[in-house]
Amino acid sequence: MSGVWIVLEQREGRVGRISWEALAAGQRLAAQFNLAANAVLIGSQTESLAAEVAGKANGKVVRVEHPLLTTYTADGFSLALEQFFRAEAPEYVVFPHTYQVRDYAPALAARLGQVLIGDVTGIGEGPVFIRQLLQGRLNGSYRHTGGGPCFISVQSGAFRAEVIETGGAEVSVFTPAIEAVQIRTKPGEPFRDSAQTVDLGSAAMIVSVGRGIKEAENLPLIQDLATALGAEMAASRPICDNGWLPMERQVGSSGQTVSPKLYIAVGISGAIQHLVGMKGSQCVVAINKDPDAPIFEVADYGIVGDLFEVVPALTEAIKAAKQ
Amino acid sequence: MKIIVAIKQVPERDAQVRIDAAGNWIEETDLQWALNESDAYALEEALQLKEKNGGEVVVVSAGPERVGSTIREALAKGADRAIHIDCDDLNQRDALSVAKLLAEAVKPESPDLVLTGLQSDDLGYGQTGVILAALLELPHASLILHVEKTTTGLHVKRELEEGWFQNIELPTPAVLTIQSGGSKLRYATLMGIKRAKTKEVRRINPAELGVPASAMVALERIAQPQKQKSTQILPGSAKEAAAALVEKLKFEVRVL
Ligand SMILES: Cc1cc2nc3c(=O)[nH]c(=O)nc-3n(C[C@H](O)[C@H](O)[C@H](O)COP(=O)(O)OP(=O)(O)OC[C@H]3O[C@@H](n4cnc5c(N)ncnc54)[C@H](O)[C@@H]3O)c2cc1C
Ligand SMILES: Nc1ncnc2c1ncn2[C@@H]1O[C@H](COP(=O)(O)O)[C@@H](O)[C@H]1O
Repeated sequence: MSGVWIVLEQREGRVGRISWEALAAGQRLAAQFNLAANAVLIGSQTESLAAEVAGKANGKVVRVEHPLLTTYTADGFSLALEQFFRAEAPEYVVFPHTYQVRDYAPALAARLGQVLIGDVTGIGEGPVFIRQLLQGRLNGSYRHTGGGPCFISVQSGAFRAEVIETGGAEVSVFTPAIEAVQIRTKPGEPFRDSAQTVDLGSAAMIVSVGRGIKEAENLPLIQDLATALGAEMAASRPICDNGWLPMERQVGSSGQTVSPKLYIAVGISGAIQHLVGMKGSQCVVAINKDPDAPIFEVADYGIVGDLFEVVPALTEAIKAAKQ
Repeated sequence: MKIIVAIKQVPERDAQVRIDAAGNWIEETDLQWALNESDAYALEEALQLKEKNGGEVVVVSAGPERVGSTIREALAKGADRAIHIDCDDLNQRDALSVAKLLAEAVKPESPDLVLTGLQSDDLGYGQTGVILAALLELPHASLILHVEKTTTGLHVKRELEEGWFQNIELPTPAVLTIQSGGSKLRYATLMGIKRAKTKEVRRINPAELGVPASAMVALERIAQPQKQKSTQILPGSAKEAAAALVEKLKFEVRVL
């Protein structure tokens, strides 16, 4: 057995913030069970990244290196890490919960007869791993009951990225046996769909609307509020999926990240994929008829009520206040 | 093109959920149920592929008796036939165990393409499709918005974080997990609903598939999340709450 292994993700030649959070979570888990905390970097040409990681970890740092790992593919990454973890037999493997990890870690775990406990927001005694159910309305505690390594991925922002170890890890290289024919998919270069014409990132005030609005015909209600405030209009994903507002106005993990002085969320439940896009707002106001909606978790002010009554009243009150 | 779509029945979005007496699942009696959102998009993608390229769309769903209504809905929208894996122990199974059920049901069909939703709205593992690909030893791609058939296989559009996308080429057979929003969903027509009644729904049980209810990972307890931030709830009628909020925006947030 070889302790806790944290798989770090590189993006544009750097280790991303959520990977440092995973490292911190893994190091804490290791400390709890008196295990070594080790890190893995997968790709090609990861020398300088490994040196940076070695400065923040004191277990091992292993570069899983192969020319066929230069570009991410699910086949390449799961094959390489399967070989590596078969050799290492870890107790725990910790990933950042990114789109890339979602794409291959479940298959990697399955190849090893395991199940990933994904999108973990907390670790309790046991250990039990906490993750959200029903789009954040409930929390579930999960326990790994089988033998073999326990795979988890941690949610963005759930663990503080302050690493607890001081550094001085030794760096080594693991070369997996992979052949080009084993990589069955051909990924293309990332692209953006259209030129962005609105910059929500620099907006001072945003009124954001969710599925609570029910029909596209009701959107003028929200537009009136935004106009009265002098705010930009934004939306949760289903509104953009339906084509009611253009995708460039979508806030969240697959849309824009915003940090206005004021963010008013109207009829938005507050799923994590939405919250990651707006948590940085200075003041959050939530208007929702469900007092248990997760959006109230991140709101400074809340109005529990029917948006079709609250929004017009608010628009009037703002207009009056501005006169 | 023979396409299998895995569809899951989940509690309706606005349903009030209560924790059950055992404390490890939700009270299911009196709940309203619906087709999982991303699965609706997976079904839509399959139906469009069939319209363009011909072939057959088969839906597969694992769950108890009640799942039948969601299967009928998929048949009414245009799926040709269905496989219902009859099991009422879904909550005791982890994603691997559910994927094994689906894999055993799918294998004898030898499909060209298997589609799943990206993520279920209740358990939200976001894993079943990717595990299914591993079990079937097929190539896969996740978070897919559009699928096109090419002469050699498939050309798909994958969503990346923060508004980025990527195209991927992959051979068939393959497994794709479908993200919501790629196309406009259709409604079932009256004719479709009528036709659905005569379509084949084959029921099989986990024992016939040789997949016992096992879990490497157990859901032990569920609970209401603890509030982390103290939200100031502004009480009163809509008008009173609006007036109170304007005061806050003026004097505390200072944006008015
Ligand atoms: C990989 C992935 C990426 C995603 N990316 C994003 C993203 O970038 N952005 C995003 O937003 N989502 C994203 N999602 C989707 C996300 O998980 C949620 O499904 C989505 O945010 C829900 O949108 P909503 O809150 O508008 O709708 P719902 O969850 O349906 O919430 C509607 C809310 O309106 C309230 N309501 C209903 N009627 C009224 C009324 N009359 N008055 C007041 N309140 C009312 C309800 O109580 C409820 O809380 C992503 C999901 C996945 C899996
Ligand atoms: N019981 C089930 N029956 C059929 N399909 C399922 C079932 N559970 C999960 N799936 C499929 O797998 C996808 C992802 O589910 P999950 O891994 O639970 O988030 C869903 O969108 C469905 O397409």
